[in-house]
Amino acid sequence: MSQSALELKGSAFTLSVLKLSSLDIDAVASELGQKIAQVPHFFDRAPVVVDLELLQGEQIPFEQLKETLESLRLVAVGVTNADEEQRSAAKLAGLAVLTKPVSSKASKPKPAAQAAPPATSQPAPMPQEPARQETMVIRQPVRSGQQIYAKDSDLIVLGQVSNGAEVIADGNIHVYGTLRGRAIAGAKGDLDARIFCQNLQAELVSICGHYWLSDALQETHWQQAAAISLRDEKLTIDALN
Amino acid sequence: MARIIVVTSGKGGVGKTTTSAAIATGLAIKGNKTVVIDFDVGLRNLDLIMGCERRVVYDFVNVINQEANLNQSLIKDKRVDNLYILPASQTRDKDALTKEGVGKVLEELSETFDYIICDSPAGIEMGAQMALYFADEAVVVTNPEVSSVRDSDRILGILASKSRRAEAGEEPVKEHLLLTRYAPSRVDRGDMLSVEDVQEILAVPLLGVIPESQAVLKASNSGAPVILDEQSDAGLAYQDAVERLLGNEVDYRFLTAQKKGIFKRIFGG
Repeated sequence: MSQSALELKGSAFTLSVLKLSSLDIDAVASELGQKIAQVPHFFDRAPVVVDLELLQGEQIPFEQLKETLESLRLVAVGVTNADEEQRSAAKLAGLAVLTKPVSSKASKPKPAAQAAPPATSQPAPMPQEPARQETMVIRQPVRSGQQIYAKDSDLIVLGQVSNGAEVIADGNIHVYGTLRGRAIAGAKGDLDARIFCQNLQAELVSICGHYWLSDALQETHWQQAAAISLRDEKLTIDALN
Repeated sequence: MARIIVVTSGKGGVGKTTTSAAIATGLAIKGNKTVVIDFDVGLRNLDLIMGCERRVVYDFVNVINQEANLNQSLIKDKRVDNLYILPASQTRDKDALTKEGVGKVLEELSETFDYIICDSPAGIEMGAQMALYFADEAVVVTNPEVSSVRDSDRILGILASKSRRAEAGEEPVKEHLLLTRYAPSRVDRGDMLSVEDVQEILAVPLLGVIPESQAVLKASNSGAPVILDEQSDAGLAYQDAVERLLGNEVDYRFLTAQKKGIFKRIFGG
């Protein structure tokens, strides 16, 4: 087999988002400078995405903005929430155009991987685990034929999951009604993912590709509250009471 | 504004058309101006159950295609005031139904009617989706049997995700469960799912339980909705269901097996 010189694949990173509400770049620079002065090494060479949601239809001086950010030791990587004209202008200025952020809460600053943790005396946001999103909460029953996927997050179903329905999460799954369908936790390979349910009657439970069919589930905790986890590469069921 | 109620099930042969005819007739008897629409284009049945098959001139598809107006195609019931039937086309297929066309017809009917009952075809394809799309409420007809329950669950999922109300983010379609062909004696023997079993699986409020009855077949073949047969338990059970649909509380009947006495044996029941 010949060795490839590179590997190209997609990956998710947390980026700082700079939401502009004014076109006055000098004012932005001084305000931003003050913020950075509080936690200098936290922002050192931090990648920044400029959010233009509040400046729709405005002409943005991208070159000037880039230089300003550069002088504050920030790396402008792209823009988001840009309109058609802003997009082409951003591209001309050498900025990437990003789609809207998946979660509205994804605007917390994130230091570069090797950056030192912020000084303890300063109230700075804690560094986050990479890209775990808000928990998805489903309030209606999940009916036969429906499929729910909680990407990069936990999934909570308040109602039941019917036979022939499928609930999938990259994190944990909690089902407060009866779980009759299929539950697949840790879909992207999180070995610590678990499935919790109030009444276990599942067709299939799976964590990280290790699965049990309902036949195997009948023997223990059937129709009872149970927690399913992976221990030493083996599915384990514990009572929840 | 009319209340638009779809009668649906996913599975075929569980009693959707019988139920549509009975509920529409019941609502009209109670003084509500009611129209029942056959959405089963290509497999027209409602007109037979309602006993108006010889009076069909124009149909639902003609109205959608603006080949006829509503007044020309609505058939007035001969037995009950306030009751109208809009028959399906027998020579077309389900593709004749478009969202815009159906929406326009329902809007026009909404102006003059109190209730619009949509008799859905079986399945979960375009025809069934079109019947439930504009609904405010849904009567999900289910037989006490596992495959029917599974299909009802599927259609409930479609109601919750593909109806106009779901798409517009409005209050969800109000769901009712109607259990038909219920035989208490077979439930006692363990051959049939009980009301409680079905309710536990579907988790939908119960509108009524219609007992298995000879009267239903007789009513279908004679073209008179079974609700008009006040001698039959199925007819009475449908009357109860209509009362509940109108918001009245009625006790459930015919849920337990009755020992047939000598008079019952002679006079039937």
